[in-house]
Amino acid sequence: MISFDGVSKSYRGGHQALRDLSFEIAKGEMAVITGHTGAGKSTLLNLIAAIERPTSGSVVVNGQNVSKLRRSAIPYLRRNLGLIFQDHKLLYDRTVFDNVALPLQISGFPHAEAAKRVRAALDKVGLLEREKARPVTLSGGEQQRVCIARAIVNRPAILLADEPTGNLDPDYANGIIEMFRAFHQVGVTVVIATHDEHLINRLPARVLTLQQGEMRP
Amino acid sequence: MNLVSIHWHTFLQALGRLFRPTNLLTALVIGVTLSLPAGLYAVIDNLRQFAGVESESQITLFLQGSASQADAAELAQRLRQTKGVEKAEFVPKDAALKELVKSAGIEDLAATLERNPLPDAFIVHPRSDDPAELEALRAELQQLPKVDAAQLDSAWAKRFYALLQVGRHGVLILAALLAVALLAIVGNTIRLQILTLRDEIEVSTLIGATDAFIRRPFLYAGALQGLLGGLVAWLVVAASLLLLNSAVADLASQYGTEVRLHLPGPADALALLGGAALLGWIGAYIAVGRHLRHPGRLG
Repeated sequence: MISFDGVSKSYRGGHQALRDLSFEIAKGEMAVITGHTGAGKSTLLNLIAAIERPTSGSVVVNGQNVSKLRRSAIPYLRRNLGLIFQDHKLLYDRTVFDNVALPLQISGFPHAEAAKRVRAALDKVGLLEREKARPVTLSGGEQQRVCIARAIVNRPAILLADEPTGNLDPDYANGIIEMFRAFHQVGVTVVIATHDEHLINRLPARVLTLQQGEMRP
Repeated sequence: MNLVSIHWHTFLQALGRLFRPTNLLTALVIGVTLSLPAGLYAVIDNLRQFAGVESESQITLFLQGSASQADAAELAQRLRQTKGVEKAEFVPKDAALKELVKSAGIEDLAATLERNPLPDAFIVHPRSDDPAELEALRAELQQLPKVDAAQLDSAWAKRFYALLQVGRHGVLILAALLAVALLAIVGNTIRLQILTLRDEIEVSTLIGATDAFIRRPFLYAGALQGLLGGLVAWLVVAASLLLLNSAVADLASQYGTEVRLHLPGPADALALLGGAALLGWIGAYIAVGRHLRHPGRLG
């Protein structure tokens, strides 16, 4: 599903985020990328979603060489990915419902069908009765769940999460861990970047550890 | 959602945003900017109509006093067959006198005339605009039977027309310069709108929005802003002409004529609105394009 082959990423000014990285994540597999802050976890996710491009090597996602993707093809790649952000990236001038509906709106979904899907997604994260609320009125954990609902509303084959339990207290974190288990069980490929030991220990996932941009065996 | 409903939705959204104070102010600035060339254009258009000068040259044939209606009909026939003549209008002397009396306001004087001093005439529209060919044609027409004189339209009219052409080119240059200014104005407001919607653009891009999707609302906003600006410009011109009209009519009455300033026609108004909307669209396209080249990052 996802394969890295000799991938390096360095930034202008000489900082090398990833060095000669090669690994594969199979379809339906759950993988946790871990390592210290600055080890290159976020960069790795960015490369999968074509938010950044590798300096060398190739990143193949779902049979597509993402590192060589034309700019105009990138949106269509991202529609098959569910992205979960540490800072949620919700839009605060619209309701929870509209936030979750955004990916469907972008891909031009019929209105009635979209509403059904949005409610199904909100139901999965347990926020169905908050659909009319504004994100500011929600707690951090609830906002993270809205973000998850938005990521899964398109029914993506791959879910990418960057520090999904970053600032959450354990109760909320446990709820989110359960959600990831559930997605994994229905066959979604899940890649989580985190340094949260609690999360790592409770997930049935392969653990890939990055150290200064290199994979630790 | 199908494409039509997406566009309709985006249009309504842009229309809603248009009526925010900053956007209205921008439309006003655009309007005032555009009203300068539009107003000058209207003035030149009016001058041209006052002078009654057409862009093309004319040759006037004055017939001899002895020419009968049959002679005139025969001459009309020959004119139609003459190479270099596009068309010829017959102006009977009665009609000519009436026109003269009316436009010069000399009813009293006309009443004292025993007979009509004017000859019958033809107004000939030549095919060519070339001075040498015109002169050759004039000489040829002079030779026709029953023709007293053939006159190429007077030099002053040509000069006046040339002067108007200079004015028109001036307006074009001014309009082009101001169009550039307008692009900058619209581009700047759209950039401000982009800044306030930066989060929305970033998030949309991250979850699979195409450039077209991101660009669409701003293009509508830019075009609508331009359109509103064009409307303001047209209103400014219309109001100015209306204000000037009574003064001009007053002045004209001193000379015993009746003159009214008129607004540019619907085609000109449409060109103004369409041009303004197009410029707004282009300005927005440039502004969004600059923004899209700097994508956001995850984490």
